[in-house]
Amino acid sequence: MSGFPWQSAFEIREQVAVGSASAVEVTRAYLARAEELNTTLACFLTIDHEGALAAAAQVDHKRAAGEALGPLAGVPIAVKDNLCTRGVRTTCASKILGEYVPPYDAHVVEALRASGAVLLGKTNLDEFAMGSSNENSAFANVHNPWALDRAPGGSSGGSAAATAAGLAPLALGSDTGGSVRQPAAFCGITAIKPTYGRVSRYGLVAFASSLDQVGPMARSVREASQLLEVVAGHDRRDATSAERDTGNYLAACDRGVKGLRVGVVRDLLDGLQDAEVRASVESALGALEQEGAILVDVALPHAQHAVSVYYLIATAEASSNLARFDGIRYGLRVPGKDLTETYTKTRAEGFGPEVRRRIMLGTYALSAGYYDAFYLKAQRVRTLIRRDYDTAFEHCDVVCTPTTPTPAFALGEKTSDPLEMYLADIFTLPPSLAGLPAISTPSGLSGGGLPVGLQLVAPPFEEEVLCSVAQAVEDQCGLLSTHPSALP
Amino acid sequence: MSRGRICYVRRPMADPKITLEQVLHVAKLARLTLSDEEARQMQEQLDAILGYMEGLDDLDVSEVPPTFHSIPMDAPLRPDVPERCSDRSETLAQAPASEAGGYAVPLVLEVDS
Repeated sequence: MSGFPWQSAFEIREQVAVGSASAVEVTRAYLARAEELNTTLACFLTIDHEGALAAAAQVDHKRAAGEALGPLAGVPIAVKDNLCTRGVRTTCASKILGEYVPPYDAHVVEALRASGAVLLGKTNLDEFAMGSSNENSAFANVHNPWALDRAPGGSSGGSAAATAAGLAPLALGSDTGGSVRQPAAFCGITAIKPTYGRVSRYGLVAFASSLDQVGPMARSVREASQLLEVVAGHDRRDATSAERDTGNYLAACDRGVKGLRVGVVRDLLDGLQDAEVRASVESALGALEQEGAILVDVALPHAQHAVSVYYLIATAEASSNLARFDGIRYGLRVPGKDLTETYTKTRAEGFGPEVRRRIMLGTYALSAGYYDAFYLKAQRVRTLIRRDYDTAFEHCDVVCTPTTPTPAFALGEKTSDPLEMYLADIFTLPPSLAGLPAISTPSGLSGGGLPVGLQLVAPPFEEEVLCSVAQAVEDQCGLLSTHPSALP
Repeated sequence: MSRGRICYVRRPMADPKITLEQVLHVAKLARLTLSDEEARQMQEQLDAILGYMEGLDDLDVSEVPPTFHSIPMDAPLRPDVPERCSDRSETLAQAPASEAGGYAVPLVLEVDS
C-alpha cells in the first residue's frame, strides 16, 4: 500500500482493484491510525473495528471472485454520529442517546455500503448537531489538527478533523446552518452542502427539518464530488427527497471555469474585519479570473439578518423535533414520581446546555403570543434572503463569499457567550435558509498557518457548477500538498 | 454587512426581552427543569439573543409571504403496498423499560377500586 495515510479515495480503490493492497490491509492501517490519534484529536466516538474489517473482507472476497467493485470499494470513511448505523451505537454526542443502537441504517449509510466503502466508525459532533465548535459534545472536545488549541468547527467537527488528519480520506457530515462547510473551512478540507432534497435524510437524526442535509467531506474537491454521486438520489422514505437525476459531479470537476460568472458580494468582503481572510478570498477570485471566469458584483442586502432568522427557525423546528426524546421509547430514562416528572428529569439530565438553550428559544418563538412576532416574521425575512439570491443569479452562476469571518478560533474562546458563537455563522446561514447548494474549499493558509475557506453557492440542484469552480480554486490555491502541522 | 453587525452591545437588564417568569413558563412547556441558577443564566442569555433579534424590526415584511419550504415541492405519494414493518423485539430492545411486548411507562392514571 503506497501513500498512506494521504492517498486519495481514488488511489485506494485502484490499489484494492488491481490487488496491490487488500481492503483488509488498508482498513487495518487506518483503524490503527484512528486508534492512535483519537487520544489526541477525539474525532471518533466509536471506532468499529469488527464492522470495518468485515466490510473490507467482503470487498476482498468480491475481488477474488471476479465480481464488479463499487465506486468506493475498500475506501475507509468516517460517518457523523447522528446518522443511524444498524447495530452500531449512534449517540448524537448526547447523554440522552448515549447507549442507543439503531435497528436500521440511514439511506446514506446503505448507499455507502452498496458502494463498497468501509465504515471506520462514528465521528464526534456538537450535541444533536447544535454548535459551531464541537464543544457541545457531551463526551469530548475535538481538536483541530492544524493547531490543537483551536476549534475544529462544528457541528461536523469530528468528521472534518478526521479527514484533515488522514484518519480517513472521506467523511459524511450533516449541515443545517453550515455544519459541514464551517468545520471544512477550519480544518482545510472540502465539503458540500447539497440542495435541500438532493440527499435523503432517512436515518439522519432530525435537528431542523426545513434545513437539514447530509453532506460529503474530503481533502479534495474530486473526492467530495465522487462521494456526493454515491449518496445523492431520490429515496421515497424521505418525503422531502427530490425526484431529480443525480448529476455528474466528478466529471464537472474537469469542465473549467471559462466564461462562468462568479458573483462577488463586495460589501460583505469589504466589511470583513479579518484582513487575511479577505486577502485569501481576493487572491482566489484573482486566480478564477485568470482561468477565464468573469467576476461580477452582486448584493445580498438581507444576508445581515440571517443569524436572527436562522436562530428562530432552526430552534423552533428543533424544539419540536426533540420533543421525541422523553425517556419512553429509546435512550436515557430518569424515573420520576409520575410520567411528567419522568419527562422533565430525563430531558434535564439528558440534554446539555446548548441543546436546552435552543429548545427554550424555539419553544418561546412558537409559544402563544410570540409566534407572529418571532417565528412567522423570521419566515417572512427568509423570503427576502431567498429573493436576494434569485436576483443575484440573474447576473452570475455562483455567488462567492468566505465560509467564515475568521480562521479557526481558539477552543474556549466563545463558549461563555452563545450569541458570539452564533454570529460566526453569518456566511453559511443565508444559503441554508434559501435551500441552496454550497461548497467550502480551502483558499489558502493564514499567516498563522490556519486554513481559510472559500464558499460558493449555486442555484437549486446546480451542484455541478460548484464542483467546476471549486476544482479551479483547488488547482490554484488548494492545500492538497500541505498536511496539518500539529499532528503528533 | 456593516461592521457593526458582527459586534453587539449587551443591553442593560432594566427592560428585559424575556422575564424570569417567562423563562420558567417556557421551561414547563418544553418539559425541562431548570435550577434557580440555570434559570437566571438562561434568562440573561435569551435576553441577549432576543435583543439582537430585534434588528428584524427594522424590516417591514407585512406584505412578504413566509417561506416554510425553501425548495417548492409537492407532497409525494407512494404506492400503497403492504410491507413488513421493523421487528418488534429489535425495536423494544432500545426501550428503557418494556413489558409484555410493549413500552413500560410510569403510572399515568390512578383509579380507585
